[in-house]
Amino acid sequence: MNPVFLFIVFAAFVVAALNGTMEATSKGAFDGAKSAVDLALGLVGYMALFLGLMKVAEEGGLLRILARAIRPVMVRLFPDVPPDHPAMGAMIMNIAANMIGLTNAATPLGIKAMQELSRLNRRPGVATNAMVLFLAINTSGLSILPTGVMGVRASAGSVDPFGIMAPTLFSTLTATVVAIAATKLYQRMSRFSWTTSPSSRARPRPRRRRAPRFKP
Amino acid sequence: MKVYETFIRGAKEGFTTALTIIPLPGGDPRRGGHVPRLGRDDDAHVLVWCGHGALGMPGEVLPMALIRPLSGSGAFALLGQLITTHGPDSYIGNLASVLQGSTDTTFYILAVYFGAVGISRTRHAVLAGVTADLAGFMAATAVCAAIYGHLR
Repeated sequence: MNPVFLFIVFAAFVVAALNGTMEATSKGAFDGAKSAVDLALGLVGYMALFLGLMKVAEEGGLLRILARAIRPVMVRLFPDVPPDHPAMGAMIMNIAANMIGLTNAATPLGIKAMQELSRLNRRPGVATNAMVLFLAINTSGLSILPTGVMGVRASAGSVDPFGIMAPTLFSTLTATVVAIAATKLYQRMSRFSWTTSPSSRARPRPRRRRAPRFKP
Repeated sequence: MKVYETFIRGAKEGFTTALTIIPLPGGDPRRGGHVPRLGRDDDAHVLVWCGHGALGMPGEVLPMALIRPLSGSGAFALLGQLITTHGPDSYIGNLASVLQGSTDTTFYILAVYFGAVGISRTRHAVLAGVTADLAGFMAATAVCAAIYGHLR
């Protein structure tokens, strides 16, 4: 973030100096700081309400219901992870928490999932297919309620703060489906092969006997 | 279940989340703040036309799309600016709102989660994440064009 921020500030002042609007720029900076506070204070009420309600829903079992609903899909998506392995449970809980917008609760679950996945990893330091797929789903930002966005819209006086819910859900679902498809496609490419490192790609691959899969 | 206590715990999280927006670079685009008036056509021809060409996205929203995979709160701050400048129910306000929710902070997530377990060879993770982001942006632009009117 540092270079980006520096660049933006620098660019703003260069543009201002060239246009001779230095005074407006510094005024803009202060007004901007003020409007950020105004916006954030307006947001506090909405965010507190949303996250409070979501926390209650979570304790009330919404998370468990959601987790049960996505479990069959997850088991099919991750053939390398045994369905009863703790990694599966942590991944499911992380994705369910993200879906209802509990980002703060989701992060520790996600790290737990990565640690469990790394115990299934036979090559330390190299990402497994399961890890990449899990993170790809994560980065596609699947969530049912865009709470923060609705809060900003409401505090800015929108006539329909919740109107963006359906299109947002459509876009993030598209992103998630594409993330899964792209991951499954890329993981077959030799460029991203799991067994060879970039430096040893020219040499023939060592044939290793696959360890028998976990049997229940 | 302690409904009240649980609600308060969640509300506290909401309070801190909302306040994270304050220290972010928040120039008012109308007055020429820190962000160099990207909302104005006369200053940002190049960006505007890149936005049109690349994704069919209005150039005003493009900086937000560029920041989104890097910093969620940065994109959130830009969303706040776009909404105050153009109005929450304008085409740009709606598109920016949908864009914010369409993907997540790809590079941040990859860094945190791979860092936590010491993965140095991330293989196809970055490419997959960026592919998903692009798909999300394109879906957002298309669905907004369909619902809120025209491709500008």
